[in-house]
Amino acid sequence: MSNEEINNVKELLKEAVTPMQNTELRRDLWPQMLRKLEEQPLPIHNVSWFDWALASLAAAALLFFPGIIPALFYHL
Amino acid sequence: MELLERFAVGDLEAFEVLFRQHQKEVYAWTVRIVRDTGIAEDLTVETFWRIYKHRSQFRPDGNFRAWTRRIATNAALDHLRHARQETTLSENLPSPPRPDGAVGQETRDSIRRAFQDLPAKYRLVATLALVEEENYADIAQAAGISESLVKVRVFRAVRMLRKKLNFLRPEVAAK
Repeated sequence: MSNEEINNVKELLKEAVTPMQNTELRRDLWPQMLRKLEEQPLPIHNVSWFDWALASLAAAALLFFPGIIPALFYHL
Repeated sequence: MELLERFAVGDLEAFEVLFRQHQKEVYAWTVRIVRDTGIAEDLTVETFWRIYKHRSQFRPDGNFRAWTRRIATNAALDHLRHARQETTLSENLPSPPRPDGAVGQETRDSIRRAFQDLPAKYRLVATLALVEEENYADIAQAAGISESLVKVRVFRAVRMLRKKLNFLRPEVAAK
């Protein structure tokens, strides 16, 4: 497909779908933002599942292999 | 402490300042993708909700504007994906007078339908590149893809449109 063909489709599109480059926001959305924050409060500790999995693995390793604890302290 | 540092640790006042600084720009970018003022307003709020939610991932020495635009693009893309069958190109905005003669109303409707039927990721790049005439580098940065992938998607979108228009009205595609 040539650039000319792309330009043909572009011209057709621009006749059917008007560009919106000069559209401005007409009101302040902060009150709406505050409402959303109140309705959907964020979790206090936003820890991903991957971090929880790593922490669980580390805890399990310490539990089942307590012999590594002195080695861990030595390396700290 | 700087504004972005305060925002990153969850200071709501800093977030409000950033919101007021950037809401117009986020809205202007979003409305060009979704083409509906009401939906664009909701998505602007959704964008800032995501920004606040992931504030700890933002590095205060990073580019807040670019990060914001990327999140806004993802929010708009999610909307296009979910509302693909329901959304119409409402064009609820004042539009410049169109020259008659080039293509008629029926043809414009066919083109609009074909455009609306594009898969979301193609519609996103086609809207920004072909209708809004954004440059490929800006689209790539906003969508989090390479510039060459933007070109590929524009090319495929054009090919899909031509195919649909051929099917709908052969004389349109032949223009």
